[in-house]
Amino acid sequence: MNKFSLIWSNLFRRKVRTFLILFSVLVAFLLFALLRTVAGAFEVGIDFAGVDRLNVSPKYSIIDPLPITHLNEIDRLEGVASITHQTWFGGTYQGLNNFFPKFPVNPRAYFAMYSEFEISDVHLEAFANSRTGAVVPESMARQYDWQVGDRIPIEGDIWLMADGGKLWEFDLVGTYTTGGEAGLSSAFLFNYDYFDEARVEQTQGLVGWFTVKVANPDEAAALAAEIDALFENSMNPTRSATEAEFTRQFASQVGDIGLMMNGILSAVFFTILLLTANTMMQTFRERIPELAVLKTVGFTDVAVSLLIMSESILLCALGGALGIGLAILVSDAIGPQVEAFFGTFRLSTATIGTGMAIAVLLGIVVGLFPALSANRLQIVDALRK
Amino acid sequence: MAIVSLKGIDKVYTKGRETVEVLEGIDLEIDEGDFVALMGPSGSGKTTLLNLIGGIDQPTRGSVVVGGQQLVGLSSNKLAKWRSENIGFIFQSYNLLPVLTAQRNVALPLLLTKLSAAQRRRRTEVALQIVGLEDRAKHKPGELSGGQQQRVAIARAIVADPAVLICDEPTGDLDRDTANEILDLLEILNKDYGKTIIMVTHDPKAASHAHHILELDKGQLVKQVA
Ligand SMILES: Nc1ncnc2c1ncn2[C@@H]1O[C@H](COP(=O)(O)OP(=O)(O)OP(=O)(O)O)[C@@H](O)[C@H]1O
Ligand SMILES: [Mg+2]
Repeated sequence: MNKFSLIWSNLFRRKVRTFLILFSVLVAFLLFALLRTVAGAFEVGIDFAGVDRLNVSPKYSIIDPLPITHLNEIDRLEGVASITHQTWFGGTYQGLNNFFPKFPVNPRAYFAMYSEFEISDVHLEAFANSRTGAVVPESMARQYDWQVGDRIPIEGDIWLMADGGKLWEFDLVGTYTTGGEAGLSSAFLFNYDYFDEARVEQTQGLVGWFTVKVANPDEAAALAAEIDALFENSMNPTRSATEAEFTRQFASQVGDIGLMMNGILSAVFFTILLLTANTMMQTFRERIPELAVLKTVGFTDVAVSLLIMSESILLCALGGALGIGLAILVSDAIGPQVEAFFGTFRLSTATIGTGMAIAVLLGIVVGLFPALSANRLQIVDALRK
Repeated sequence: MAIVSLKGIDKVYTKGRETVEVLEGIDLEIDEGDFVALMGPSGSGKTTLLNLIGGIDQPTRGSVVVGGQQLVGLSSNKLAKWRSENIGFIFQSYNLLPVLTAQRNVALPLLLTKLSAAQRRRRTEVALQIVGLEDRAKHKPGELSGGQQQRVAIARAIVADPAVLICDEPTGDLDRDTANEILDLLEILNKDYGKTIIMVTHDPKAASHAHHILELDKGQLVKQVA
């Protein structure tokens, strides 16, 4: 026997109780790791949004599209390095479960704008030159098992074909990589020209928003104001913001989600803290005579309190490790399915590290009072009980 | 030669304004290798006296020298270390750790030594052999009878080879036959292994196993029967 097995045996004096506590701690840390990873996935998208890009979207409603004629007007302004446009296509691929953004774009202009996306020249050319061509992130192709050459049917909902048909068909001509960090931007891309020709006539010439690369990032705000002023009195006023800000606005709910997650996690940890603290205190009280015996046979006050503290830390760290371990398994399992939406969905080392640190801290906090009480325990008084 | 030497011991408990004089002017010497029974009515201070000798309590006044070591004024840490090397404790209610097997309960005091794992295992085996429980090594206290549990407790008390065994009503919870077995075991430890034994008991038959009987009454030693 060694000291560790002494600690270990004590942990399992009340098996059911220990397993319940272990399970609660496990669930708390599973929740922590997954929620942190979700929040992290959103934040990654925000962090990597270009600072030299402006988003020009409709002033009043994202759903209300802008005329593509805005494009040339904006392009003429000084300080605009380049410009392209995107449109929210909506639509579903084989049911509602397969969610990924779909944007009709101008191939060359789009990839010039998002230089962080990598696409081979061959694929880009193929994309630009095939009317019904589409490109997708590699992770998406992997997830849906698409090969270049596949025909991909998308059922339209916002945008219908000129003949009233809902079925849009695209030919996969290539893939691109988003560096894994693109978050919300990793989308199914297809040719705007085809989209525009094929859709209902009254809706032709409408796009969702413009993306503008500014020549000088320092003047991005001024340029944004200038663009908005330009369309102030038109039928389609705009609201321009840097992409980072836009993403933040788009994901202002994300901020709320982050806040909410922190709220939930705080509540969860607080509950777990009370629960484990109560259990440790209960365990301590039950063991007062035993602790007195340990002291009697020669364990020092410090040794006994360390014993209690170690048990507490071991219990919480074990629960934390199991919870985080389970979160890793879960994220590995569901990662591929949600990757198109989140970019990457994997536990970061920071999440794992923070989680384990919190687990150990929890153990220390929970063990503190019993450990101090154990330290002060007088043998003679304890044995009399 | 006296292995235990108490001089002018007073033990006073103060509760608010009330003071209880539990031990009063105790002078006592116990020789090495002796087997002493400590008797007296309930509340006369037997356990208190035993605790002073065992170094788990301190007197209000007086000097406690055990095995040449003055215990009065020793720090809690020093006392703990001293106890682990010099005293074996045997209690009425066995006081085993319920989560540990017999073997591990016995090995407990050895965790405080510098012995190797192999040496600890060997010593534990020997201690269990002495009390005749080597075949129950893997059992937990809950799976053992009272007598067997007390044997485990005795094995734990002797495993670090202390010179003095302190027993507070070691047979108090046992039936006559089992009590006799335990008392025989204590006699063997005294005779064959040279342990000095100080045993509190209410049972005159148990006391008859001892070489001397001390009697406490109201905190004072009233007589010493050879
Ligand atoms: N912590 C304490 N505070 C106040 N009084 C105490 C305390 N500990 C012991 N006493 C008192 O000291 C006296 C002696 O107690 P002790 O336990 O030594 O008696 P005892 O002879 O062992 O009795 P028993 O045969 O019942 O075990 C008792 O009157 C007890 O109430
Ligand atoms: Mg007593």
